[in-house]
Amino acid sequence: MTKTEKIVKGVLNGDRRSIAKAITIIENKTPEAQELIAQIFPHTGKAHVVGLTGAGGAGKSTLIEKVVREYRRRGKTVGVIAVDPTSPFTGGAFLGDRIRMQELSTDEGVFIRSMATRNYAGGIARATKDAARVLDAAGKDIVIVETAGAGQSEVEIVKVAQTIVVMHAPGLGDEIQAIKAGIMEIADIFVVNKADRENANKTAIDIQAMLQLSNKKGGWKPPVLKTVALTGEGVPELIEELEEHRRFLEDNPECKENLLRDKAEADLLEAVKERISKALIDELKREGKFDKLLREIIEKKTDPASAAVKLVKKAIRNA
Amino acid sequence: MQDARKIRVLIAKPGLDSHDRGAKVVARALRDAGMEVIYTGLRQTPEQIAETALQEDVDVIGLSILSGAHKTIFPRIMELLKKQGLTDVMVFAGGIIPEEDVSEMKKLGIKEIFGPGTTTEEIIQYVMHNLPKRD
Repeated sequence: MTKTEKIVKGVLNGDRRSIAKAITIIENKTPEAQELIAQIFPHTGKAHVVGLTGAGGAGKSTLIEKVVREYRRRGKTVGVIAVDPTSPFTGGAFLGDRIRMQELSTDEGVFIRSMATRNYAGGIARATKDAARVLDAAGKDIVIVETAGAGQSEVEIVKVAQTIVVMHAPGLGDEIQAIKAGIMEIADIFVVNKADRENANKTAIDIQAMLQLSNKKGGWKPPVLKTVALTGEGVPELIEELEEHRRFLEDNPECKENLLRDKAEADLLEAVKERISKALIDELKREGKFDKLLREIIEKKTDPASAAVKLVKKAIRNA
Repeated sequence: MQDARKIRVLIAKPGLDSHDRGAKVVARALRDAGMEVIYTGLRQTPEQIAETALQEDVDVIGLSILSGAHKTIFPRIMELLKKQGLTDVMVFAGGIIPEEDVSEMKKLGIKEIFGPGTTTEEIIQYVMHNLPKRD
């Protein structure tokens, strides 16, 4: 058995060391990564993948700890991927989400992995999708992905999760804020955390008002829940809604099919884009034409889009 | 298409220390040196530390302890790391560890002890130059 096959076998058996190693291989994009993902892929699709996003400080990690406990009480196993931002200046990262979940470290039914975005945009890391697949293939019933909390454009999570939870906390803005495009549009469930605070009710009402102005997501009306993550208040109700959404997807195969289709298309496109770009640029460099082309763009003799069209045409001719 | 290898470091606080200023200073410094630093927070048991190191697949573990319990706790941690198969992880320690205990700690497999007064630059350089060869 090759090293990769051994790790895959371990993952399918739920071996924690193999899971950890598999995620590292994927993160570092080592030569074995592609083979590993290819072997794991057929074993995915069983877990309920939940994405949790929202501004930093809203209480995501604290809530996840309570959510995981509740799932465990119900006999489910859970994988958690907690993403934090990589510094664009130093390349380093402080991965501190785990602090709020540390008591779960020694629960055998829970696997927690911290990931740095490594400068991928949109709130997750490039490897997050495949890391979630590893946890899925390892047999986790639920996989929760916590995005790096930064703002309104963290919508990459839709490519990873089936159910998206958007978390708010009181005092982060008014009704207008609630209408803005981006993460407010992707939510299957809204949660207003720190519901013990004064304006929690108003925040929930603002979100509900915004929802009344928008279209339903394929027949699913996103509920607006209130939680107090520190005490666990509201968590059982949240789990119920998560289960409800999962059932909705099962009972609406067309909706589920659309989701799967969108994901497959996005995955394929991204994989193709990455490889084609690299192949074309590498060829240019090999032919010694890369710097010349950059110079032409700088001197405005051509523009990037026209240059790209020429490159692609040439590639298709030679393919 | 391989990305540059990122060094993943676990900064852990075993025992009952009540503050973690030093640990956080080291964590920040390593982050600014380009590493991915996972911090456990206070009051970690040896079991929690070993399990975290396993799940996070770290290259390096930095143990920070101020309470004087290192002679009890460190052996337990090193034993658990061995049990988990994490013998290829580089472990260093810091905080309040008396000079006379240093060689005993090193015999456990802890590669270096950084006492009070160590500069963050020293720790960064040590980590960079003593990275374990991992599978």
